[in-house]
Amino acid sequence: MSAPAWGIVAVFETPAEILRAAEAVRDAGYRRFDVHTPFPVHHMDRAMGLRDTRLPWVILGMAVLGCATAVGLQGWAMGKGYPFILSGKPLFSLPAFVPIIFELTVLFAAFGAVFGMLAFNRLPALYHPLFKNRPFSRVARDGFFIVIESSDEKFKAEDVRKLFESLGAKEIEDVHD
Amino acid sequence: MRTAPVGLRIGAPAFAKPGAIAAFIAVGCSGMIFGSGQFFESLLVVFAFLASISLGALIFVMINHVVGTTWSIVVRRLAEHLMMNIVYVAVLAVPVMCGIHHLYDWSHPELVTGDAVLTFKAPYLNVPFFIGRTAFYFIVWSALAIALFRHSIKQDGDGSIGHVESMVKISAPGIAIYALTQTFAAFDWIMSVEPHWYSTIFGIYYFAGSFLAINASLAVIVIYLRSRGSLNGTVTVEHDHDLGKYIFAFVVFWTYIAFSQYMLIWYANIPEETVWFRVRWDGSWKWVSLALVFGHFVIPFFALMSRYMKRNPRVLLAGAVWMLVMHYVDVFWLIRPAFSHGAARLVAADMTSVIGFGGAYVALFFHRLARYPLVPEKDPRLAASVAFENH
Repeated sequence: MSAPAWGIVAVFETPAEILRAAEAVRDAGYRRFDVHTPFPVHHMDRAMGLRDTRLPWVILGMAVLGCATAVGLQGWAMGKGYPFILSGKPLFSLPAFVPIIFELTVLFAAFGAVFGMLAFNRLPALYHPLFKNRPFSRVARDGFFIVIESSDEKFKAEDVRKLFESLGAKEIEDVHD
Repeated sequence: MRTAPVGLRIGAPAFAKPGAIAAFIAVGCSGMIFGSGQFFESLLVVFAFLASISLGALIFVMINHVVGTTWSIVVRRLAEHLMMNIVYVAVLAVPVMCGIHHLYDWSHPELVTGDAVLTFKAPYLNVPFFIGRTAFYFIVWSALAIALFRHSIKQDGDGSIGHVESMVKISAPGIAIYALTQTFAAFDWIMSVEPHWYSTIFGIYYFAGSFLAINASLAVIVIYLRSRGSLNGTVTVEHDHDLGKYIFAFVVFWTYIAFSQYMLIWYANIPEETVWFRVRWDGSWKWVSLALVFGHFVIPFFALMSRYMKRNPRVLLAGAVWMLVMHYVDVFWLIRPAFSHGAARLVAADMTSVIGFGGAYVALFFHRLARYPLVPEKDPRLAASVAFENH
């Protein structure tokens, strides 16, 4: 009738249920799955078996880059490109550069945090297969959703449905791309 | 879900018995055999250092009441005891006031006459007003501390939410009063050691070190008590993490304030302002200044940056002890160059003062600690505080 499903989605009614479902899906060995809830559910990261984010390393790298940029920019401009004596200070005066060093370090680190977070989350996404799923509209109100993608190595439609049923899902639906 | 611990108590360690406290005080006073000059100079450093911990505790308690934090409830009682030690620090102020003529040039009329700057400042910097101000500060701080502590202890009995509300009501104006008194105390006790020089940011500088010191102290106390078998499962790695975040944040804040003060003076390059840093760059003071730059900022900044470090009790303990030592060096660096130009010297009276008066401070803390439950056991938010987790 139709192309094979992009994934299978199941709806749960409470945070406790979705937490248990996520643990069961993790323990069943699935890797390509995601959970969508109306609000952040504590411990979901552990229940899903997510590893610690690598974002801090991106931020640290960007901070170092910002610091180096500020030193280089001011050192070159003030010391070499446009040498000009101000207040009788040496051309390369580190104390005078510190505010800019501080600001650029923070700015670059903040860029690293925001854009790094977006990149790791593959955002912005203008389209997602779940948008076409009718029950999924409840995700912003009172629905707790878990979806296993068919690209997962272990994905077998019957197994997934059975797993969701055993967990007590209210609705189980195929999601098409 | 962990539940609220009830009836957590420890016995007083041997060094916290009244006899031991008296012995500590005696050791502190024995510094006088090295001469009143050495004694008063050392005493002022220890006094300003211990005051900063108790003042940090007072503002720590008040801020957490006003903003209604949950995580801090499990360490509140510890902070409250440090806060109550302000009464002991007030007693220490008495010998400091006795050394006024040794410590403060402006207290000598013959030096004031003929000195335009000191004459101008005389309406503020004179002996009766100075002692009156210090007495006023300690009365205000003690009143705040005792009022807050009373409610906290009464809550242990009746568990009433009304005490939480009362403590918030005391703390809100308390913070404003604290900001002014603490600022002027820093001007009076520390900055007026060099009465020609002034810096309007000086009060905040003292506050930055003070808030750093209270969080470092709490981290040390918590880790020590857990090693003795108390507070396990009550003060967890999550609370360590928050104390670590505070320590890290105030390492940066201290640097921000210290550099703000330095840069304006460096840039304007006016002799009557730069002399303060000149004195701190002469001879071996240069190494103390550099030790502060690296030991009070660069090293802890990188060491305490990561989440892993703050959640590792051994690293956090090392970092907290390190910062307390650095805070002492900082206070030392603020006060002592005025008395020994060109050469940083740790004298014998410094040892007796730190061991004696500092030891008495610690002993009094444990003496108090043994008399009350270790946590505010009937605070309605205690269970939530125990279960607190960072995300």
